[in-house]
Amino acid sequence: MTLRPEALAAILLLAVITYGCRIGGVLVASRYDRAGRARAAFDAIPAAVLTAVIAPMVLTTGWPETIAAGLTALAAWRLPLLATVALGVAAVVLLRAGL
Amino acid sequence: MPLIHLAGQRSAGPREAVAGLRAMLPVAIAAVPIGLLFGALCAGKGLSVTESGLMSILVFAGGAQFAAVELWTWPVSLATLAISTLLINARLGLMSASLLPKLRHLSRRQRLLACALITDETWALAEQRALAQPISPAYWYAQGLLLLTVWSGTTMLGASLGALLGAPERIGADFVFTALFIGLIAGFWRGPATGWTIAASGAVAALVHLTLGSPWHIMAGAAAGMLAGYLAALRPAALA
Repeated sequence: MTLRPEALAAILLLAVITYGCRIGGVLVASRYDRAGRARAAFDAIPAAVLTAVIAPMVLTTGWPETIAAGLTALAAWRLPLLATVALGVAAVVLLRAGL
Repeated sequence: MPLIHLAGQRSAGPREAVAGLRAMLPVAIAAVPIGLLFGALCAGKGLSVTESGLMSILVFAGGAQFAAVELWTWPVSLATLAISTLLINARLGLMSASLLPKLRHLSRRQRLLACALITDETWALAEQRALAQPISPAYWYAQGLLLLTVWSGTTMLGASLGALLGAPERIGADFVFTALFIGLIAGFWRGPATGWTIAASGAVAALVHLTLGSPWHIMAGAAAGMLAGYLAALRPAALA
């Protein structure tokens, strides 16, 4: 049960900042107009954000990661989520091993 | 008829909770190796099991936590950790802006509480459900608390096992996060406009990551993807 004040302070700081980010949208949401082209931009948020998070791993790490990501995307077309993840991880392990 | 209607409403809570748990289950299973990996990295930086677990419970944001443990030094540099966390998690504000109008029947105070469980995964599942029906509080809290439990539990297990787990690359554990996100993104496919969004976000995020570095690529990619979605709606015939 080691809990040092220095680590606790950092963890609390990160938690407060993260929660602040989470409630930030409350202010925007109350004025959010779900109409027209603004709606198209908002509808693009999920795919845009999730893609940006993984883009470095997919595009700038190496060929095994890029090819495995492509195979994962193909799998996602037909397979359930967990099978997609399993196939993607198996692909990256095999490709890294120099298959 | 009114009686049947009331009975239907009464049973909706548990049914909604089960639906939330079922939707989250595959994501929660995929989160197991990610949590173990995160815990092991924490142990490698000298964080205790308690400290690692507390971070996963209170922060509950995988990407920012991985960045934080990567940047972690003793003595702790609060400013570095704060800036990294702010940049990586700014997207959570975009998520709540999009999600909160779909959380019906919640007062303003209840919405602030619901925000505590916004993560990439909980939000992605809720947005997918919102395409077909409103999101109930029972659905939201069931799926969110399941992920929080698995995430913090596996973090503590990973921190106590520590180096015993070995190099994560060897078993592809570092790719689980990426594969999980690809699966989630596929759930948002709505035709060619989504393709433009993904292409713009991926290209810009990769370029910014190579030039400015992490974590700037997240906001840059998100902005580019939103712009692409906006432009695709401007001229649907030309781009479709």
